[in-house]
Amino acid sequence: MNREWPLWEVFVRAKNGLSHKHVGSVHAAGARMAVEAARDTYTRRMEGVSLWVVPSAAITASDPGEAEALFAPAQDKVYRHPTFYTIPDKVKNI
Amino acid sequence: MYTTELKDKNSKAAPAALAAEDPERLAAFEARVASDDFIEPKDWMPEAYRKTLTRQISQHAHSEIVGMLPEGNWISRAPSLRRKAVLLAKVQDEGGHGLYLYAAAETLGTSRDEMIAALHSGRAKYSTIFNYPTLTWADIGAIGWLVDGAAIMNQVPLQRTSYGPYARAMVRICKEESFHQRQGYEIMMTMAGGSAAQKRMAQDALDRWWWPSLMMFGPPDDNSPNSAQSIRWRIKRETNDELRQKFVDVTVPQADAIGLTVPDPALKWNEARGSYDFGEIDWEEFYAVVRGEGPVAKERMMARVKAWEDGAWVREAALAHEAKRSARMAAE
Repeated sequence: MNREWPLWEVFVRAKNGLSHKHVGSVHAAGARMAVEAARDTYTRRMEGVSLWVVPSAAITASDPGEAEALFAPAQDKVYRHPTFYTIPDKVKNI
Repeated sequence: MYTTELKDKNSKAAPAALAAEDPERLAAFEARVASDDFIEPKDWMPEAYRKTLTRQISQHAHSEIVGMLPEGNWISRAPSLRRKAVLLAKVQDEGGHGLYLYAAAETLGTSRDEMIAALHSGRAKYSTIFNYPTLTWADIGAIGWLVDGAAIMNQVPLQRTSYGPYARAMVRICKEESFHQRQGYEIMMTMAGGSAAQKRMAQDALDRWWWPSLMMFGPPDDNSPNSAQSIRWRIKRETNDELRQKFVDVTVPQADAIGLTVPDPALKWNEARGSYDFGEIDWEEFYAVVRGEGPVAKERMMARVKAWEDGAWVREAALAHEAKRSARMAAE
């Protein structure tokens, strides 16, 4: 039985000045082929100026089941937002 | 292109094995979906949700890929270079749509090879529409206009389907699909405005594709056992009959506009409903095609399997080449 081509995650930069954004995945034997498959699959209408491909197996993702605990430290720190502080109306430019 | 969830008439609805699920997690899941939140690949989901989605998305992917065959048939015989370039681009889009969808289905834990094996062995279904032959060039017009038109009708609400990767694939597909329908309508319009023979050809294509297009929306609601659960889970957003009615309502005036006649003597505007009444669909034909008895079902699968088997050496060679290349890189 043949082995399946590995899976790659595809990231496209829509135009310079923007970051690469995940758009989907492709199967390819190697990195170069993955770039070409990503071009044909995800940029048939000039959706991008640059592509990244990353072996899907190389991605470590956080566990959604633990999302609450993982992001909890940020929840009680409203003082990180500017609206936490009361400034009199007459004070400007702050 | 698209497919609704297809099953043989006699196959039982998947027993909702929900009783086996952890009630607390299930309740949290139901609440999330009910509030229009998206479910992502690593999130907890009931097995029945995973199974239904895997079946629906892979059927959808298979339909895109098999859908390349009836049109691909006409690339070498397109009447002009413009039509040929357009048809090539459309067929390439269908290939792309299949790939987006396979990738979305894979996030649910079924491999690409397993899905392809299921298609080739006949275990997996694909849209019944592709088991009808494309006899003349006008059929390419009718497919773009009617088949892609029906697909759009179905896919637009699926952009808000509850499973994130499926919804994102649908957004991309809908963006690309609009040109498919317009190029098809343009072919029909050109032929309907041409010589008497060309107009006859256009009418003949409409006559043959109309009813199979209506069947694309799947069985009537009262015989669509999974509909209620799929709608509750936001896997589907509108019922088969609702979508079918919408399609009829927008398509009939499009036929009128180019002087073609929808082949349904019962078709009549219903002022009170603000919709067209239309004739009875031949469901026996539909279920026969679902069972694999469509006019060119065997040819379609033979073509798919042949392409897959003929390509085996390419897939192996690419892996061998990559192994050699990375070994060389490692040695340097």
